[in-house]
Amino acid sequence: MYEFVRGPLVWIAFIGFFGGMAYQFITMALLARKDKVVYPTLSAKYGLRSLLHWVVPFGGRNMQLHPVYTLLSYAFHFCVLVTPLFLMGHAVLWQESWGIRWWSLPEGVADVMTLVVIFVCVFFIFRRLVRPEVRNVSYPSDFLLALLVMAPFVTGYIAHQQWLPYKTLIIIHGFSGALWLLAIPWTRLVHMLWFAFTRAYMGSEFGSVRHSRDW
Amino acid sequence: MADLVDIQIIDPGVDENIAKLTPERIERTINKVLTEECAARLEVYRQTCVHCGLCAEACQSYVSRNGDPDYAPVAKVNDTLWEMVKRKGKVDGEFLHNAARIAFIDCGACRRCSMYCPFGIDISYLIMTVRRILNLLGVVPQYLQDTTNSHSVTMNQMWVQQDDWIDTLMWQEEDAQAELAGTRIPLDKEGAEIMYSIIGPEPKILAQLIANMAIIFKVAGADWTMPSTDGWDNSNMAMYSGDFETMGRVERLHWERAMQLKVKRVVMGECGHAYRGAVYDGPRWLGWTKPPVPMVHAVEYYYELLKSGRLKIARKIEEPVTVQDPCNIVRGRGLHEKLRYVVNAICEDFRDMDPRYEHNYCCQAGGGLINCGPPWKLSRMKSNKVKADQIAETGAHTVITPCHNCHSGIEDIIGHYKLGCHVSFISEMLVKTIEMPEA
Repeated sequence: MYEFVRGPLVWIAFIGFFGGMAYQFITMALLARKDKVVYPTLSAKYGLRSLLHWVVPFGGRNMQLHPVYTLLSYAFHFCVLVTPLFLMGHAVLWQESWGIRWWSLPEGVADVMTLVVIFVCVFFIFRRLVRPEVRNVSYPSDFLLALLVMAPFVTGYIAHQQWLPYKTLIIIHGFSGALWLLAIPWTRLVHMLWFAFTRAYMGSEFGSVRHSRDW
Repeated sequence: MADLVDIQIIDPGVDENIAKLTPERIERTINKVLTEECAARLEVYRQTCVHCGLCAEACQSYVSRNGDPDYAPVAKVNDTLWEMVKRKGKVDGEFLHNAARIAFIDCGACRRCSMYCPFGIDISYLIMTVRRILNLLGVVPQYLQDTTNSHSVTMNQMWVQQDDWIDTLMWQEEDAQAELAGTRIPLDKEGAEIMYSIIGPEPKILAQLIANMAIIFKVAGADWTMPSTDGWDNSNMAMYSGDFETMGRVERLHWERAMQLKVKRVVMGECGHAYRGAVYDGPRWLGWTKPPVPMVHAVEYYYELLKSGRLKIARKIEEPVTVQDPCNIVRGRGLHEKLRYVVNAICEDFRDMDPRYEHNYCCQAGGGLINCGPPWKLSRMKSNKVKADQIAETGAHTVITPCHNCHSGIEDIIGHYKLGCHVSFISEMLVKTIEMPEA
């Protein structure tokens, strides 16, 4: 089983993830032609202007109104993207399998970043339960998605700390990570792909059509 | 939980027409719009929204109703469009009754929430899609549908007939001449620099605004004209009732009239949504990237006249004033700085609202809301307590509203919350304050 997780499953996850994202992107790019206003409206200048304001923490008024949420959300998104890519354990696998030399995070830093992801996921779930405006639009799938994102980080952390049988945990970790990657193109996690486009479109419409700001 | 009184409001345009629908027609209409008229934007927005609720505080109805979660923009889309998508159009009459209330009364398509959504999801577009569906089902609040019917028949919003139109202009020309000798309202002057464009309510109920503008043009020495026939009104309530075919007809005729008169530009009177219809929504529906003749809003035009010295202020208004930033010319055109330049030029004691500029709260009258008429007035008032608080905080005696919807909406709010102030268009203040030439 470990060999499967270490080998074919990784391929399945990566091919599924990149293939799914490419499929989504291409079908949407074609569908956007039917939406007559999309391409004529898009403007590189105003699209990037909007993106810049919304990727810089506190660049928009709403972020200033919710400082705690903003900080936690930025920390979460940074850690959730960077930790798996630059974790030392993963870097070793990159090198062993494909001979790719990769930067890696010091162990202590990676531990903290993993805990940040787990903590903020718990915060997201908690917020979903207690804030009426969020609970009102929350479905079981919203909670499941948060748990799905959390799962590889929790299992990876436990495996690393060796609190439970290492090999079993690594197998669960591999499956949960693969499931996470495979789910991204087909669930609301696809905002990872669409964020740049929805933002750029709104920025273009506010900037080039309406001569105003959208942050 | 949506307001218990509001959910029971009966509107013949909504409820009597729902009673005539069959499940097949509902399903067919919804799916037609979702698959034939909508495409990538709808699909990307549906996939992207993570239900974070960060748009909630952007909406004046959510804030005014003490954080009632049903008034958060995400809930409004969730309870209407996403549910239609999820159920593949298989929804019932009760669902449509609620969808009509949400889409026509609780959301003014002001686009403030799009500025608060981290993804920039165009929530107003999604609500307008709900209105489009309801329109094709014939489910539109009766008063709003009446204005659309008027557009369809007379090409103006208020059933103004051709003879009334000419008669009103002549009457206003005479009134203006009593104030300033030699003032004219030139009709059909081919090759004039400016075509002045107004909306239906002006000849119908606010005719003195036409005389005001004639005086301003006269003092500024402008070369201007107005059309004597249809095409003078582009207020376009059809844009908000979801009847995009009629919206297109109104805008096409308006621009055709400007082209026939061979004017260099169109000055739009103090109306926000007419400006939106003429500059964005109309041309988009007609497949144009921009209008064939440039259009400037009255605020831009006043700014130009004051800045260049073509209008000079003789005496400033001393009483405290504040200004309502109309969504469609501020979020929709970035005119907030020019608006403040104009207000400061005319008034001694200007007190700004907070939040302001693109972040100002909507008046809860635009977007077709006030046109839904008396059955819904109290609901609108409940949804904009935050605006009443904003106005009261400034201590202003006058709220300047360079938009017809804001003007009527704020007037309602002032009355309902007993704020003891009044509203004014800029043109009304200009004619009181500018230097008049010797007669």
